[in-house]
Amino acid sequence: MEFHAEFAAHRGQFSIEMRLNTRSARVGILGESGAGKSMTLRAVAGLLKPATGRIEIDGRTLFDSSAGVNLPARERNTGYVFQQYALFPHRTVAENIAFGLAHLSRDEQEARVRALLGRMHLEDMGARYPQQLSGGQQQRVALARALATDPRILLLDEPLSALDFHIRGLVEKELIDTLADFSGLALYVSHNLEEVYRLCDEILVLARGRVMAFGAKEEIFLRPPSAEVARLTGCKNLSKAQVTEDGRILALDWGVPLRVSQPHARAQHVGIRANHIVFADAPGGENVFSCAVVGSSETPFRRTVYLRFGTAVGSGPHLQAEVQRDRWEELKGRPMPWHVRLDPGRVFVMPE
Amino acid sequence: MDLSPILLSLETSVAATATVTLLGTLAAGWRVRHRGAAFELLDGVFLLPLVLPPTVVGFLLLLLLGRASTLGNLLYGLGLRLVFSWYAAVIAAAVTTFPLMYMTARAALEQVETPLVEVARTLGAGEARIFRQILLPLAWPGLAAGMVLTFARALGDFGATLILAGNIPGKTQTLPLAIFFAVEAGDTEEAVRWSLVTVAISLAALGALNLWTRHRTGLSMRVVQQD
Repeated sequence: MEFHAEFAAHRGQFSIEMRLNTRSARVGILGESGAGKSMTLRAVAGLLKPATGRIEIDGRTLFDSSAGVNLPARERNTGYVFQQYALFPHRTVAENIAFGLAHLSRDEQEARVRALLGRMHLEDMGARYPQQLSGGQQQRVALARALATDPRILLLDEPLSALDFHIRGLVEKELIDTLADFSGLALYVSHNLEEVYRLCDEILVLARGRVMAFGAKEEIFLRPPSAEVARLTGCKNLSKAQVTEDGRILALDWGVPLRVSQPHARAQHVGIRANHIVFADAPGGENVFSCAVVGSSETPFRRTVYLRFGTAVGSGPHLQAEVQRDRWEELKGRPMPWHVRLDPGRVFVMPE
Repeated sequence: MDLSPILLSLETSVAATATVTLLGTLAAGWRVRHRGAAFELLDGVFLLPLVLPPTVVGFLLLLLLGRASTLGNLLYGLGLRLVFSWYAAVIAAAVTTFPLMYMTARAALEQVETPLVEVARTLGAGEARIFRQILLPLAWPGLAAGMVLTFARALGDFGATLILAGNIPGKTQTLPLAIFFAVEAGDTEEAVRWSLVTVAISLAALGALNLWTRHRTGLSMRVVQQD
């Protein structure tokens, strides 16, 4: 599988510039709402015509403005799963799945539909109407319908976001299995970091219609190329940075000098993820700083602790640290100041 | 008693409703896929018969289809004498009711969610198939309501029919014309009779729509209750 897309598209005042060349099977498109994620999918599907550019998969051109090629959506062989599934309410589940199979004989259609119903654990649902199904079942029907035509590209637009929290994990697990069997390219749009991380191999970070980062997911999360990508991938602790003469990094917003393992000749920003911050028992040692706890908040399994460097309790916090609940139980009785350790291997620098 | 006004009214109204349902739905189906100032202007033309007095519509049609115009002349050359014929009554009713059907059909088609159409496109369906299998079935209740409105309005047309088709008993004299000329001739009894018939037909049309909608709602209720 080889996919190339480079295009610019406009809608009203908003524009996107997309550049995505990949051989990987599952690419997550991550961005806040209004970043241009859905517009990207629509352009690939042929539901929106880019102003300029080129889209091709496995050497087949779907769109090429300079050659005047613009395949209509019906000829692009894509499978689209919409956020709200867009199931045809007047057709049964089986008829929904068979909609894209009109070119096959009745027998072939039936065999195909039966196989897909089985694969999606919907064996007894073929004769039902979409409104009689649960959200998770509707999602599976939408996926089965999209897969029925053997698409080369599967476009998934926040396919889990309409589901209740308690079944989302289950449906996500099924989706991972389904995508593992899929031989084409799956473009997975979401604003949920963890979901994208679990489902995809590569991640493209989108903001204001521009590609901010693209690469293997581990790489993007470990070494985001800019402060914006770090923030979009969920990093809570960012500071402007300056390289000092002794080769350390001065975190300007935090007022502390840091040792960093990573090469950092052009550091503009420095950051560390909230779950990578640890607490030392005593002062002294590499990247250990005194700090004050200025607040904390509770989630079922973790505690978010807001810290400020120095001993004086000033205005706002500098850092957000996440600690497990049992660790918090050990820590919370300690006298001030606390000692926070920013592991040089965990601190990352960004050239932008 | 001459029952021809009833028959004529039903015939012209059914013919006009059939024509307008087809043309109005197609026009609306075409229009919902196009946006822009030029199309807004076209809307104005489509809706004109609704805002003009029927007599003006009839008169304009008479000018358009009469012998004096190029089109009329051409039709006459082809042996089509539309003016003052049964067809003129159908045309008059069709033109005056077109906006009703067009507007209702447009509203009904527009409320079909866009992603349904888009997903159908990605599944390989052409526009004609999408219109037939997605848009029409989902817009059907709205279209049916439009048809009933069209029929009722066609049944009641007076001004346009009188001017374009005239008042020829047995040929173009529909119920409203029969009523008017009965009143004018002082035959109140006949006027009342035709009026009651008109009321009965209109009520029957509305009743049919009601029954049909309830039947449909009942169907979908049953479908949901199976669960």
